[in-house]
Amino acid sequence: MLDDLRDLYQEVIFDHNRNPRNFRAMDDADRQIDGFNPLCGDRITLFIKLTGNKISDASFQGQGCAISTASASLMTDIVKGQTEDEAQNLFSLFHKMATGEHVEMDDLGKLAVLAGVCEYPARVKCATLPWHTLDALLKGAEEPVTTE
Amino acid sequence: MNQVVTNIDGYDVERIRQDFPVLDQEIRGKKLVYLDNAATSQKPKTVIDSIVNYYENDNANIHRGVHTLSERATLSYENARKTVAKFMNAESEKEIVFTRGATEAINLIANAFAEKLSAGDEVLITAMEHHSNIVPWQMLCEKTGAVLKVAPINERGELILESFEALVSKKTKFAAISHMSNALGTINPIKQMIDLLHQFDVPVLIDGAQAIPHITVDVQALDCEFYVFSGHKLYAPTGIGALYGKMEQLEQMAPYQAGGDMISVVTFDKTVYNKVPYKFEAGTPNIVGTIGLGAAIDYVTNIGVDAIAAHENSLLEYAVEQSKKIDKLRIIGTAENKGAIMSFVLDGIHPHDIGTMMDHQGIAVRAGHHCAMPVMDFFGVPATARASFAMYNTHEEVDALMAGIENLIEMFG
Ligand SMILES: Cc1ncc(COP(=O)(O)O)c(C=O)c1O
Repeated sequence: MLDDLRDLYQEVIFDHNRNPRNFRAMDDADRQIDGFNPLCGDRITLFIKLTGNKISDASFQGQGCAISTASASLMTDIVKGQTEDEAQNLFSLFHKMATGEHVEMDDLGKLAVLAGVCEYPARVKCATLPWHTLDALLKGAEEPVTTE
Repeated sequence: MNQVVTNIDGYDVERIRQDFPVLDQEIRGKKLVYLDNAATSQKPKTVIDSIVNYYENDNANIHRGVHTLSERATLSYENARKTVAKFMNAESEKEIVFTRGATEAINLIANAFAEKLSAGDEVLITAMEHHSNIVPWQMLCEKTGAVLKVAPINERGELILESFEALVSKKTKFAAISHMSNALGTINPIKQMIDLLHQFDVPVLIDGAQAIPHITVDVQALDCEFYVFSGHKLYAPTGIGALYGKMEQLEQMAPYQAGGDMISVVTFDKTVYNKVPYKFEAGTPNIVGTIGLGAAIDYVTNIGVDAIAAHENSLLEYAVEQSKKIDKLRIIGTAENKGAIMSFVLDGIHPHDIGTMMDHQGIAVRAGHHCAMPVMDFFGVPATARASFAMYNTHEEVDALMAGIENLIEMFG
């Protein structure tokens, strides 16, 4: 009955929602910042450790829907080991995908499981909240980030 | 027009549904089940027709033309005011000010009380208010140095009357209370609260945005100084609402906005304000909105607010009963006296996922903080899902809601 919904809620998303990766506070983080979606109440705290210009570790905590939790889980996994520039590039690709612009899915790797959100305008921000938060963190912001 | 039988046994919901064109459609291939009525209600054909008819036959500006169309428009506008006055049992239609909605009405009053409050005074609200009935008072307090006091609620989402009572004192200079909570469904014992506040001569505003479609309101019996509501939750168009105020209050209050219609004489030296209620209706108002509001009230009174409430309460009771079969479901807001709102959370499933998954089954529910973040904080949840019922909802739709919830629980695994 809910087959078409599987395009949005793929099994990978349920899996990351049930067992989010990198879901922990990081006591020795180099930077940390809060991200907040005032429309729906999703909150995340993002932590990163930097070695030179490389993200050597990333983790998050917070409360959100399956889409934002899975997105944060996938994001923290994928950016680990990337340079700041690489992560920024990936953010812009991800943003394009989520808002329905054409992108090469191969460039997105595992993140492609979130491609379905572009069909749900009200949910795009759930998927992009962790990325906006990372973006702000890399740019050195200290104030909490909001999606509005 | 609407020959709906008005006693509960004869309540003909199928007949009523036919008056609401929007209900007859499919969403994502499923029959629409509209359960977001606390956000806004659907509009009956008579309301839609009144709007079309006005624009096709009568459109003109009001209070300023001697030509026939202007007189017709003015008459319709003022008739709508009478309809609202009668609906709330105001003593005079002059005590009805048209506003954009509950929010604007509250702001209008808060604005006027800025002149009357000073540092150390207190404004009293409750912990279950909508942001619209919190933020204007916060701003007023900031401006005047007054202190905002918040009466607490218990774990069922009911006001704790003793704590409320303890907060009322000589310092209390204004109180703003919701008649019915949009996040929890709780109906407050407002008569009791008003009487209590009046022992200290505190003017009281009742936010009736949620109550007005479900509860017969008699402002004279309540004896409140102000009662505000939005038309769009009462089957009327968006952008129109009303503020009832006791004449003695309205007369002393400063105007809200300045412009045409709110004045009687203007020179560059001095302006004389118009009489109540026009003093508060600057500029060309939402004329067609008032006509739609009048039509909506006619429609509602024809069926009867009490008959509607009885129907909605039976839907709520049924929904609560059925929801007990779902282990993961927890209802937020279980007040003894509550209206047709079921706020709930599902263990391990975020309300936004509930909202999207329900939409896929054609079911419109609201997911979010319902403009009541302090309520969410109190219950320790970021958001809830909310099903809210109106006169046209059916027991089959409650079944669809429950089946929908079970489907998504299964999908989440
Ligand atoms: C209790 C309550 N008060 C005030 C409002 C504000 O109404 P409006 O947005 O129509 O001005 C609402 C609307 O959700 C409400 O439920």
